[in-house]
Amino acid sequence: MLLRIQGLSKRYPTGDVALTAVDLEVPAGQVMALIGPSGAGKSTLIRCVNRLVEPTSGTVQLDGVEITSLGTTALRRARRRMGMIFQEYALVERLTVMENVLSGRLGYVGFWSSWFRRFPNADIEEAFRLLDRVGLAHMADKRADTLSGGQRQRVGIVRALMQDPQLLLVDEPTASLDPKTSRQIMRLIVELCGERGLAAIINIHDVALAQQFAKRIVGLRAGRIVFDDQAEALGGGQLTVIYGEEDWSQTIGRAEEEAEATGTLA
Amino acid sequence: MAILTRADGTPDWRRRTPRADLLVWSGWFAAIALAVACFQFISERTIWDFVWDAPAQGADLVSRMFPPRWSYANQLWKPLWDTINIATIGTGLAVLIGVPLAFLAAHNTTPSLLLVRAPVLFIIVASRSINSLIWALILVIILGPGMLAGILAIALRSVGFIAKLLYEAIEEIDATQVEAVSATGASRAQVLGWAVVPQVMPAFAGITVFRWDINIREATVLGLVGAGGIGMQMQASINVLAWPQVTMIFILILGTVLVSEWLSARVRHGII
Repeated sequence: MLLRIQGLSKRYPTGDVALTAVDLEVPAGQVMALIGPSGAGKSTLIRCVNRLVEPTSGTVQLDGVEITSLGTTALRRARRRMGMIFQEYALVERLTVMENVLSGRLGYVGFWSSWFRRFPNADIEEAFRLLDRVGLAHMADKRADTLSGGQRQRVGIVRALMQDPQLLLVDEPTASLDPKTSRQIMRLIVELCGERGLAAIINIHDVALAQQFAKRIVGLRAGRIVFDDQAEALGGGQLTVIYGEEDWSQTIGRAEEEAEATGTLA
Repeated sequence: MAILTRADGTPDWRRRTPRADLLVWSGWFAAIALAVACFQFISERTIWDFVWDAPAQGADLVSRMFPPRWSYANQLWKPLWDTINIATIGTGLAVLIGVPLAFLAAHNTTPSLLLVRAPVLFIIVASRSINSLIWALILVIILGPGMLAGILAIALRSVGFIAKLLYEAIEEIDATQVEAVSATGASRAQVLGWAVVPQVMPAFAGITVFRWDINIREATVLGLVGAGGIGMQMQASINVLAWPQVTMIFILILGTVLVSEWLSARVRHGII
């Protein structure tokens, strides 16, 4: 098992309980969607994995390494194996695309080489290769804040892949994008995970997108896992358990139609 | 904001409750009454004959100041160059000291709120609370008159200014960019260099040229207390009532300030 989360709880200093005894296992290479209403603890959960948020109790193991007890240096090492992709892209706006991409290698180079932007040739070649893969090779020298939303998210994806990760932590990758770009970005993430055998936890609001692109769906409600099954098993009843009472027939139907439509187009 | 109830029971909205309205108006009344009382107080202690005489006195002084003594400029280039150097080197020193202080003082970059931030904030306040002319006065006593006292006076005053504005800029950066760089496995120092520094660069450049611009002006008066620069010539000229020379100095200072203003505007515009 690549990622093993056991009894993970998080209580913020304000007293808000974000997660309560969450158990979750993700095998290598599995793309998993994490759905749930706003405030259910989706962001907190993936941030507890790389300890951008410190869990209150419970354990997280990545490839057998216990993350929650690591010291600073060991945590840096562990973080290199977990790429993170953000809702608002979180690129360093005033740096170039190439610098943003190379920042994915910061865990591997020393301070002074990174300060003077001296990266190993292999890193730079890999950066160009990945930028080319996502269709942004011609933008390498542009400043990140000149890019469109979809382009920025691609740069964010490349930055995460530069880390040579085993696991991607993806936080609402499409929340700031239009429907078409959202689908392109989701497809790109899923394809890249397939090519490289990466596991991914994708937080996502859009149930239809989750069903379309993820094999497995986990539903989080008020800090507890209330659904964990194949994407096809998700129906109106389960959505009511996750989100509360609502007419879900349209949501589910739409997802199936879209899957068919994109299937025929592709 | 006040939501009231009308006689017929429907809700009504006004900016303030009648009570708050009354308070605000009596506040205005009190402020005006105080201003009138203050004026009366000042008026009683003013010799109004001198004030009525002021236009004539002023006109007399101006007539003695013109025409400026243009030939005096030849003796002023060197002190003017000194003045610019005092301002520039002083600003440079202040940047060297102020930037690390800013990173130690900002909430999100300080190593310790209690052990580091608190003493650094004290240093910043101490530096800011003393005018550079006062710093110069003290330093001339310690170091003797000359440019070095001027440079240090400018630097000591500017450290607090630069550190304060910069640490405020550091505290306002976008935290998610910092989060993203941390998530790659970057060290603390790398996070500073890759996520914090790029975000505060425009603020840093703006603050530095703004302070340099202020320092050019401050450096022109440091000579009054013997700390070098064109102020020494001004002091000497005023002492011997050589008003045409004073006018010449004013013209040069005005020109220098105009140039520095233009330069700092260019830099600020270029960096953003």
